[in-house]
Amino acid sequence: MNIINIEHIAKIYQVGTEEVHALRDVSLKINKNEYVAIMGPSGSGKSTLMNILGCLDTPTKGLYDFNRVNVSQMNDNELAAIRNKKIGFVFQTFNLLPRSDALHNVELPLIYAGISSAERKQKARQVLEQVGLGDRMHHKPNELSGGQKQRVAIARALVTEPSIILADEPTGNLDTKTGEDIMALFNEIYEQGNTIILVTHEEYIAEHAERIIRIRDGLIEKDEIVSSRFVPNKNGASKI
Amino acid sequence: MKNFLFELKEGLLISFQAIKANKIRSILTTLGIVIGVTSVVLMSTAIKGIDNAFQTGVSSLGSDNLYIDKWEWFNNNIPWWEMRNRKNLTLEDYRKYKDLAKLPVASAPTVWNNQTIKHKERIVEFIMIQGTTEDYIKTTNLSFSEGRFFNELESNGGRNVIVLGSEIAKKLFPRGNAYNQEVKIKGHKFKVVGVLAEQGSWVMGSFNPDNQVFIPIQNVFKYLQSQSFRSVTINVRSQNSQMVEATKEEAIGIMRRVRGLTYNEENDFSINQQEGLLNTINQTVGVIQIAGLFITGLSLFVGAIGIMNIMFVSVKERTKEIGIRKAIGARRRTILGQFITESAFICLLGGIVGLIIAVVLSMIINQFLPTSIQFDAIVLAFVISIVTGIISGFAPAYTAAKLDPVEALRYE
Repeated sequence: MNIINIEHIAKIYQVGTEEVHALRDVSLKINKNEYVAIMGPSGSGKSTLMNILGCLDTPTKGLYDFNRVNVSQMNDNELAAIRNKKIGFVFQTFNLLPRSDALHNVELPLIYAGISSAERKQKARQVLEQVGLGDRMHHKPNELSGGQKQRVAIARALVTEPSIILADEPTGNLDTKTGEDIMALFNEIYEQGNTIILVTHEEYIAEHAERIIRIRDGLIEKDEIVSSRFVPNKNGASKI
Repeated sequence: MKNFLFELKEGLLISFQAIKANKIRSILTTLGIVIGVTSVVLMSTAIKGIDNAFQTGVSSLGSDNLYIDKWEWFNNNIPWWEMRNRKNLTLEDYRKYKDLAKLPVASAPTVWNNQTIKHKERIVEFIMIQGTTEDYIKTTNLSFSEGRFFNELESNGGRNVIVLGSEIAKKLFPRGNAYNQEVKIKGHKFKVVGVLAEQGSWVMGSFNPDNQVFIPIQNVFKYLQSQSFRSVTINVRSQNSQMVEATKEEAIGIMRRVRGLTYNEENDFSINQQEGLLNTINQTVGVIQIAGLFITGLSLFVGAIGIMNIMFVSVKERTKEIGIRKAIGARRRTILGQFITESAFICLLGGIVGLIIAVVLSMIINQFLPTSIQFDAIVLAFVISIVTGIISGFAPAYTAAKLDPVEALRYE
């Protein structure tokens, strides 16, 4: 089943009098429970692609179906609702709210979803325990290590049970060892049946994924299956 | 609705955290609102106090009273020189009026003279002495703390008796017991037959009965001034407020006859009413109100600009936070609400502090001007501070709400 279906999208920025083609013509499909890495050098358009995939931005041209809903023409508020319920973000710089404790940070998407306080707290606790932070719930971000911060961010991404998890250089600000721990956590999450899109420029991080899409100059350069766990068939993805 | 409540709660939490994180900045910012709300509450309380004082002052005159006088007191539609050229009203005019008038409850002539009053070594200078008759007391609402008003016999006989206003009695007899004592006016001895209860109105100045003394009108003419020196005022009390107009019409008719006016001559007297005074007072209070509102409005406006300024700074500083919130699903409305809530919350805190200061200050002011903060002033303070917060927070909040999430997330 296609979660993401992109057809011939382009993104053009107006910088002064010049047009910048961040994405020229990209088409791609991502299925449920895939683990995809998007790779590319800086300036390749991978950030733009990620923003569009994450419904933070809309394409200038082309079609984007997310969960079989056309989101390419949606307005701000409709996109916000999709991001809230269907997409979990994990950022390089963690992007936690500095003045709120771990629990409140994880609760936040549920607040915007209009879930009652008791249910919110219960879900947030459960997810924090799942990422191994059961004893750090009331710590503020500045009382947590980098790896722990990223775990809080992952918990925040998971708490709404989203259709996709979009991770932008999730290990970029972590040392190698901690980075590996985080990647192990992503593997676990993936094995529980989640769909993960990983944006990175590190080869060894991308190797955790089962499919690598390489972007260059606003075009898909290469789209390959790299893991034996993944076998494509005509209906889409399936596990061995 | 449910969403709205959750978001409001989140907004309040964020506001609280933001204020905690920037304590000094929040205090300085709020200062404008504190001052604004303090001045609004104090001003409205003071205006109310002034108004009340005027009203009680007027009601001590008696609301159903008419005053027949050479002068028009409150309206200036007759040129003053015309009034000056009128014949004085005399005691004789009063007697004729009293014989002919059927409608009034009572009427009394009054004439005033300023004098020094002494009791032993105590002296009170420049006191308004009202010369009148025993009927005067029936035209007022005055009551006594000691003794009584002088009677018909004392009045007609021109006895040296005197009724003291409460303030005068206090000054001459600080230890009380003024009754039956003697005071001296221009060397003439007067026996105190009564002391008025305190009327408690400060606006009327020397027109306040507290600051007056009353003696038989004969004695004013005998000791203090000649009959022709000053015009007599006739105080007339009508039966009730419905009868005021009829009493007035009757008085005009009688006075025209008494004064010997022909049909084509203008009235050479004026009938004054409390209503005229009320109009004057309302105009005065109105002017004070407008000036007060303008000044306090200005200080609130300055406070609001301060809040708006700091909210713009806050939005700029928290661009990244706004980006994060938008990324995980905050809608425009949510962000808008969040910042407006924060601004309103800061202003509300300022309003509460301002209200507390105003309450303390009003207790001090109360020593001079009898006032108390009314419930509506408290409501006003809350409403004003929240409304100011919403208005001054709107533009910054709107800027925040329409930030592009991609740009905002990239902001460092």
